[in-house]
Amino acid sequence: MIVDALSFTMLALGGFFVFMGGLGALRLPDLYTRMHAASLTDSLGTLLTLGGIMLQAGWSLATIKLLTILFFLMMTGPTASYALANAALLSDDKDAPGAPPATGN
Amino acid sequence: MKLFGLYNYWVFALLLMIGLYAVIAKPNLVKKLLGLSIFQSAVFLLYISMAKVDGGTAPIIQHAGEPQVFSNPLPHVLILTAIVVGISTIALGLAVVVRIREEFGTIEEDEIQAPDRDR
Amino acid sequence: MVTAFGIALLTLLVVTAVAVVVTPNLFVAVMLMSIFSLLMAATFFILDAADVALTEAAIGAGMSTILFLGALALIAEREARGSGRRRWLPLAVIALTAFTIIYATFDKPRLGDPSAPVHQHVAPWYLEQTPVLMEMSNVVTAVLASFRAYDTLGEVLVILTAGLGVMLILANGRPDLSRQGRAAAATGLRHHLIPRVVGQLLIPFIVLFGLYLQFHGEFGPGGGFQAGAIIAVGIVLHALLEGEAAGRAILPTPLLVGMMAGGALLYCAVGIVGMLLGGNFLDYAVLSADPVAGQQLGIHLVEAGVGITVTSSLVAAFHAFADREPAA
Repeated sequence: MIVDALSFTMLALGGFFVFMGGLGALRLPDLYTRMHAASLTDSLGTLLTLGGIMLQAGWSLATIKLLTILFFLMMTGPTASYALANAALLSDDKDAPGAPPATGN
Repeated sequence: MKLFGLYNYWVFALLLMIGLYAVIAKPNLVKKLLGLSIFQSAVFLLYISMAKVDGGTAPIIQHAGEPQVFSNPLPHVLILTAIVVGISTIALGLAVVVRIREEFGTIEEDEIQAPDRDR
Repeated sequence: MVTAFGIALLTLLVVTAVAVVVTPNLFVAVMLMSIFSLLMAATFFILDAADVALTEAAIGAGMSTILFLGALALIAEREARGSGRRRWLPLAVIALTAFTIIYATFDKPRLGDPSAPVHQHVAPWYLEQTPVLMEMSNVVTAVLASFRAYDTLGEVLVILTAGLGVMLILANGRPDLSRQGRAAAATGLRHHLIPRVVGQLLIPFIVLFGLYLQFHGEFGPGGGFQAGAIIAVGIVLHALLEGEAAGRAILPTPLLVGMMAGGALLYCAVGIVGMLLGGNFLDYAVLSADPVAGQQLGIHLVEAGVGITVTSSLVAAFHAFADREPAA
């Protein structure tokens, strides 16, 4: 009963954070701020959603598999965000407000 | 309800036509290849939708002899083959587009055909 | 509930497809295509096609995006010019055809109807005979590798041809001798610490998972095609992180071409051995004293051949794109 309520809350919160991430990716002005919003989906959205599903699965093989998936997502998501932001920085995204000034190369 | 039961096939028709539009109407060669890829995916959707059975599961028999409803495995096999053939086509198409770009300097269809037209 | 989810996914598919066609920036279009493939994989999973979903995710969202991005890097053009013009004749043609197809769909049995014609005759026979003839759990693998093995042979030859074709078309490549190109080939992404560390940590697991799918394809979703695509993606990741030179060193070209041909040869050899032992071409029941064991042995060997050819063909295609100098 408590497990069900807890998993429901986690799934709902996870969905809310994913929605916020998507909304931010649409509405924020430039690449770097949008990356902030998208990384919200990566970390908190994944954690809460998979946590909610794991509570539903109980102590079973499915939980171990979900833990593995969570581990891999937590490793690759932020790395992808970093690579994207780095690529934007290196390609001298001069038009972005708040971007660092172009180096004198 | 019969209407919702046909939604998959309407989406198939829409995707088919969107992919076809990209192939016939867009002058950019890479856009044509993307449209071809969408066209192929639409056909996959048609076959897999036809294979679904109400209350069925994936056709993996865990305990033989137990009466269980499975989805039809035959279209799955056909589409597995088709997906690999699809990427083969795309790989070869992209290689040809790269060579066209190097030889003609452009990948827009009208610019490539312009010298032939002026003659 | 699942119906609502399925309908939402299908609507998103149409929206993404329209976005792919409409957007002028090619890079954006390729990224949207990757999203489209992933949504398609999710739709396949909802429709109970586990194997097909795995293949679509690995090949469509994974390898296809890599090949498109490699080609885009070589083409070096950002925007599709002339994309704003609306062509009325093609629009009219496709609208007419779409209405005709939708009109034709009203004759189809609804989704999931168990009495549809496609579910009679052959499919129940496959579902019954697979546990009897080969004691295998995954019916899709059994049909792919044994009942319809001839089709799969043709398909292995198709992917072999594609790998060879890409290598030949892009063969006399001017290797990228510019300073930037040589630096990239030598070091890859070595200056970027985070992707390199995370990537190197993940590659063993990627290859392990590919091997798991290869050998477990008879008991769960999996098989040669999915495994080949995933192992190829692992090798491509290593080549991206450590530089093209290091990537070439893992599978040098003679070994690569040998693997491409060897997998297809293994497949044909299994068929011919069947003939030599008295059965038909690709008849596995004669491969061993017990027909069931013979079927399983034949399927294992054939799937191994498929996995080897798919891996090497996809890696060869990637190397052909990665080695070349971008067009001026």
